Amino acid sequence: MKLTVWTYEGPPHVGAMRVATAMEGVHYVLHAPQGDTYADLLFTMIERRDRRPPVTYTTFEARDLGSDTAALFQETLAAAYDRFRPQAMLVGASCTAELIQDDPGGLAKAANLPVPVIPLELPSYQRKENWGAAETFYQIVRTLAGPAAPEAGAEPSARGPGYRPRCNILGPTALGFRHRDDVAEIRKLLSELGIDVSVVAPLGAAPQDIARLGEADFNVVLYPEIAGVAAKWLKRTFGQDFTTIVPIGHGATRDFVAEVRRLAGLPDGAADGCGNEPKSRLPWYSRSVDSTYLTGKRVFVFGDATHAVAAARVATQEFGFTLCGLGTYSREFARDVRAAAAEYGVEPLITDDYLDVEAAIQAAQPELVLGTQMERHIAKRLGIGCAVISAPVHVQDHPARYSPQMGFEGANVLWDSWVHPLVMGLEEHLLGMFRDDFEFHDGAMPSHLGPGARVASDPASAAPDPVAEIAAGAPAVDPQGATLVTIGWGSDAEAELRKIPFFVRGKARRNTEAFAAERGLSEITVETLYDAKAHYGR
Amino acid sequence: MSAASTSRDRARPTAGCSKSPVLRERGQREVFCGLTGIVWLHRKIQDAFFLVVGSRTCAHLMQSAAGVMIFAEPRFATAVMEERDLAGLADANEELDTAVSRLLERRPDIKMLFLVGSCPSEVIKLDLSRAAARLSSRYAPDVRILSYSGSGIETTFTQGEDRCLAALVPELPQAETETPQLLVVGALADVVEDQFARLFAAMGIENVGFLPPRRARDLPAVGPSTRYLLAQPFLAETARMLEERGASRIAAPFPLGAEGTTLWLKAAAEAFGVDAMAFRAATAAAEARARRALEPHRAALSGKTLFFFPDSQLEIPLARMLARELDMALTEVGTPYLHRQHLAEELDLLPEQTSLSEGQDVDRQLDRARAIRPDISVCGLGLANPLEAEGLTTKWSIELLFTPIQGYEQAGDLAALFARPLDRQTRLKV
Repeated sequence: MKLTVWTYEGPPHVGAMRVATAMEGVHYVLHAPQGDTYADLLFTMIERRDRRPPVTYTTFEARDLGSDTAALFQETLAAAYDRFRPQAMLVGASCTAELIQDDPGGLAKAANLPVPVIPLELPSYQRKENWGAAETFYQIVRTLAGPAAPEAGAEPSARGPGYRPRCNILGPTALGFRHRDDVAEIRKLLSELGIDVSVVAPLGAAPQDIARLGEADFNVVLYPEIAGVAAKWLKRTFGQDFTTIVPIGHGATRDFVAEVRRLAGLPDGAADGCGNEPKSRLPWYSRSVDSTYLTGKRVFVFGDATHAVAAARVATQEFGFTLCGLGTYSREFARDVRAAAAEYGVEPLITDDYLDVEAAIQAAQPELVLGTQMERHIAKRLGIGCAVISAPVHVQDHPARYSPQMGFEGANVLWDSWVHPLVMGLEEHLLGMFRDDFEFHDGAMPSHLGPGARVASDPASAAPDPVAEIAAGAPAVDPQGATLVTIGWGSDAEAELRKIPFFVRGKARRNTEAFAAERGLSEITVETLYDAKAHYGR
Repeated sequence: MSAASTSRDRARPTAGCSKSPVLRERGQREVFCGLTGIVWLHRKIQDAFFLVVGSRTCAHLMQSAAGVMIFAEPRFATAVMEERDLAGLADANEELDTAVSRLLERRPDIKMLFLVGSCPSEVIKLDLSRAAARLSSRYAPDVRILSYSGSGIETTFTQGEDRCLAALVPELPQAETETPQLLVVGALADVVEDQFARLFAAMGIENVGFLPPRRARDLPAVGPSTRYLLAQPFLAETARMLEERGASRIAAPFPLGAEGTTLWLKAAAEAFGVDAMAFRAATAAAEARARRALEPHRAALSGKTLFFFPDSQLEIPLARMLARELDMALTEVGTPYLHRQHLAEELDLLPEQTSLSEGQDVDRQLDRARAIRPDISVCGLGLANPLEAEGLTTKWSIELLFTPIQGYEQAGDLAALFARPLDRQTRLKV
């Protein structure tokens, strides 16, 4: 049993719903107790969908458990087919129905419906939402595209002159973070490269579209968490290569373009200038002199593996930030995140425990957090700027405006949305110079973010009267909870410490105390504070 | 003059709906499970913590269902069962004890802990009442540990509050006196509770207790001298438990609208022998104020047709108030469960032609709503935007649980909740 306050991912059947809801002509019959219909509102409220998800629930109750829940499933399936007349059906169980073992797949087979019925086995007590989406998409692709698989050893048809290469775009679902706009942006990019898009799936695809996935030359995998398994099967079955670079950020988009050209058999970008011309404004905005203040800002990144690894690259190479933390809740992709963390010299954080993430952010003392909606709330409490880069997201992260994360326009969007939460360059200088100004007090938010209160990130400064506490001889405690040698802060030094911006104050306090402890000093003076500053630099 | 006859004298059939046929349906139910009640209960009882023993689905529901996330560290969490918990029950109990001890170490401020059962914990027959007894003996007297089920297989939405309050009833101290006391039962917004307390005091009823209390240590006493008054219509089990303790129910409509609030207060006044003059003196000004507050909304709502999808069991009292005090025209009034005894006074007041339904087959009910095309459909969050997209104006039913709507001073706010969607329709030119 795992004590959970907030979760990053829903159960795997919600992943299946994201795939079903994204598609056309598909209906999902879910054996589930009354109450599991809450999942509908994720789509109708958070994503503001104008239709109910194509899901029928059996909504069994306690009294049904005594009779025949299997019969209830069969009736529900037949009624759903009659009412919705889908071209393909998905059947499965939610966590509770998994325990009563009615075997929806077997029951559906016995029902002998005139359309393909795809049984989903999604183990709710082991797996989570993204895994469920990936497995569902894979089962749909295997069932519907499988019949078109070529004979072993069949030769691919030759390409005549004037042939335009074709690809599929795989991975976008309902309730995805900016999937709608990412697809539009990547579709435009591919079209500029002279590549046709054959099928986008699951978003907007009908069963007959899935059936012709094998016709394309290669696959573009936008979200490996969702489409990775299906893409590997398509490679084995149809020999279709797939992209491995996720085009988030300027550099990654250029690398993606190069990879796509190679897969499409197109000449190198240098030939027509397409790959060499920077098409996002990010490089110039970042080189613009006013952006100097961004240099070395400490940024903490957490999200699904794809977005987190991409954000780490963009943050360091394209914004000039310093990465102070990198993590993911996607255990299936932990290896990728560990490798990236090693590259940037930070400790990888692989967890789906919100409290662990909060503790890690507090310890890392970042100036900017790039995360999910959970991290946005953590950052808000700590008074740190934050931009959302990954699911799970809330309603405000489904914007009305065109706002992709991918491609060159996506890089522009990243620039705007990551810089916005930061204290602007000049404001930051003034904050540092006039710390005692009544409008610059620690509780004040950056002026452009409007009035609001910060919660201190430096635990000591949140205490009612730290000076009195220290005067009373309260021992300093390190983060692991071990009591350190008692080192007193002189009241002048304590006052000077408070002039340091709040987001680095905790670090300054720790460094100064460590510096004093190493030298066996019993009291910290203003001199000690500046000696320590000179010693550690910043 | 009785309050009922002072309410605007319009010709209305007097038989009401108490004998009307009820359409009972069985199909997909688009309702929340009882766990959802935790979203308001954990704010109401300020030193209680709710630990759901369930699956990842339960945890996901808790953070998504309300459509809001309260991100100050909430006083609820889920102990998510995993594969190994299903392997053997002894292990599940051990795991639960570990989760509870971790939680109580983290949150020493907790004085009352509810272990809340879910669909999976019920299906594997994890006995949370035994677990609560076992853990209580370990943590008494600092923490009181109770259990109830909020599972979807046993409860819909507001029935979770019913089970929670029912679990509190055996914990209530025994009322020692012979003097009758009034117990108001059902979670109300603090501001509403304070208003009612003032009204009861003004009419001379002393010894008024509220269940649930704001703090776990302030549990009201109960005994044969207790007369209880339901503030919410979904408390069947709690009522049964209170009667086992000897308490007796004061039958009344529910305190929604000016008329409803007067009838509700009046039932208590009569039970406690408050004379009519004292009752009018205590309530007349507030009732008149409530009627004035309703007046501007009646113009907007009069004659508008209304369709209720089942949700909170508040549907029948709401329909009564909207029909009688705002002249709205009821079409179908759906409710997840119809408690004939507790709603007897409400059904008497409901216009005769109202079509009542209990339970749900959501697809068929949507067909009926599409055929009727009501001016306002009251529905859950899963249905609202799809209906709006079909051109049907909706009112989210969940807001009726998260907004103070009971009592005189909130009558106008309640009407405004229904007037706002129509007001919006007339404003928008896009």
